[in-house]
Amino acid sequence: MAKILMKGNEAIAEAAIRSGCRLYFAYPITPQSELIEYMARMMPKVNGTFLQAESEVSAINMVYGAAGCGKRVMTSSSSPGISLKAEGISYIAGAQLPCVIINVQRGGPGLGDIQPAQGDYFQATKGGGHGDYRLIVLAPSSVQEFADMASEAFDLADKYRTPVMILADGMLGQMMEPVEFKPTLTDEEIEKLGEQHTSWCIHPNQDGDLKHHHEINSLEIDPLVLEQHVINLYKKYAEIEKNEQRHEEYNISDDNEILCVAWGTASRVVKSAINELKAQGKSIGMIRPINVWPYPYEAVAKAIGPKVKKVYVFELNTGQMLDDVKIAVEGKVPVKFWGKVGGVVFTPAEIKEKLEECFKE
Amino acid sequence: MEKIAYRPESLTNTPFTYCPGCMHGVAHRLIAEAIDEQGLINVMAGVAPVGCSVFAYKFFNFDMAQAAHGRAPAVATGMKRARPNMHVFTYQGDGDLAAIGTAEIVHAANRGEHISVFFVNNAIYGMTGGQMAPTTLPNMKTTTSPYGRDTDDIGFPIRVCELLDTLVAPYYIERVSLLSTPDILKAKKAVSKAIQYNKEGRGFTFIEFVSTCPTNWGLDPVKSREWAKENMLPFFKPGIFRDKGEGAE
Repeated sequence: MAKILMKGNEAIAEAAIRSGCRLYFAYPITPQSELIEYMARMMPKVNGTFLQAESEVSAINMVYGAAGCGKRVMTSSSSPGISLKAEGISYIAGAQLPCVIINVQRGGPGLGDIQPAQGDYFQATKGGGHGDYRLIVLAPSSVQEFADMASEAFDLADKYRTPVMILADGMLGQMMEPVEFKPTLTDEEIEKLGEQHTSWCIHPNQDGDLKHHHEINSLEIDPLVLEQHVINLYKKYAEIEKNEQRHEEYNISDDNEILCVAWGTASRVVKSAINELKAQGKSIGMIRPINVWPYPYEAVAKAIGPKVKKVYVFELNTGQMLDDVKIAVEGKVPVKFWGKVGGVVFTPAEIKEKLEECFKE
Repeated sequence: MEKIAYRPESLTNTPFTYCPGCMHGVAHRLIAEAIDEQGLINVMAGVAPVGCSVFAYKFFNFDMAQAAHGRAPAVATGMKRARPNMHVFTYQGDGDLAAIGTAEIVHAANRGEHISVFFVNNAIYGMTGGQMAPTTLPNMKTTTSPYGRDTDDIGFPIRVCELLDTLVAPYYIERVSLLSTPDILKAKKAVSKAIQYNKEGRGFTFIEFVSTCPTNWGLDPVKSREWAKENMLPFFKPGIFRDKGEGAE
């Protein structure tokens, strides 16, 4: 298939439809408007449901209802809207429902601004809503990867019956890059995928079926029952941690003197700086977590080569993934951090300057 | 021997957890009977709220979802859109529907969402222990209006049927009372009509039940009904607000 030049917001919407998403509920917010608008245009063409909800809160609860019926369903928003969805995400995690949530992050806190930022890392990877749960969080760094993550996210959601978030940002949402889409699922394939949920989801009794009574629910009023439920969730999350860590290694070698760690949009800028320094004969590697939950702790630890004097974390926040890097590094080498905030994105020259200073230290 | 009293198939065998004299059991039964009578048990799905009827998902004998507080109409919307061949209803109390879930009910009604909503109004929060509801009457004492509802301070009770009746899309809106046997028989007719319209895919149907809360009102069940007749019915007048099916046959 030929590559198409597309905005990230449109590419993820198209990829979701191709991955079998036939229900989409959302509320308008910048900088993800192209996503909701694309869905409004395209969903009717595949006999899908597009519904502009009255609020983010309603949208995520519509997702809860549709996911409870075992269908591939998605919502999208940007930072302030994700906060509003947090309640529903907690319920979806508790009720163990599969769904995909897109966060095209913008500057915060509060209303913040509408420029790219990475300030929702804690919210996405450490909970976000109330209670003891995790989200699988995928963090793309290009429009192509953003689009590829649609089918991965739906597959993971189905496999583990858990909400999956794709944590992008305003840069990835707004920027245009060439995209090549994976093969489109047919209606029969989508129907078949839904069958894996028959044992628990809301669906009609067929003639001759044993009558079922399925409950989509996150309430367990008996503490001993809830305890077991949370333990079961924890076991599921442990399984996900074992199976689903993903990262990219860039220029990693035993000669590295500095190991950079960056994710999403920030990692692209760091790569450019590394390329420039490499041309000057300096040896720097980078680890880019692709899934930020589960976090690739071991991969980060392993990437610290024998000559690495410092680990340098770059983010578009005040240091959030930094905590996970410190957990991975276990104090073996100093960990430095530099970030830009408020929707301001650092340049390769700025990163290069920071790394040059680090070489001199 | 002819069986003249039986448990509807649309109710499970799980015993209700409601207080003595509570009308939730009656409302549940009316809905279950209507579903049985119209042969919908295999294609029915309901949404339970947060409130005293939070465990409704255990009581109705078909697939059920339990929703976050106030969000039942949104959850039902997602279910109906995902499974258009099923028939979906929500069951909600006054705090759930008329306070925290005001946006969800208004917009589900405004979309003409093809669901039925059963709204139980007893002018108080029951499960959390008798706090003021959006439907608490003027001067009525609750644990959070201990000196009586002061309308200058906190406004007047919300009449939900009247509010929804300002919208264009809803198909059927009726308020009924559960305060006497004749009223319950009338309520059954309204419930049956809502379920029938739902079955026929007519649009959004809404039934409000004027009910009681003996426990939190501090009255016995009989006195509760008398109090409600004297105080609630004048403010929450029973009647059909909207019936687009009337005369449309």
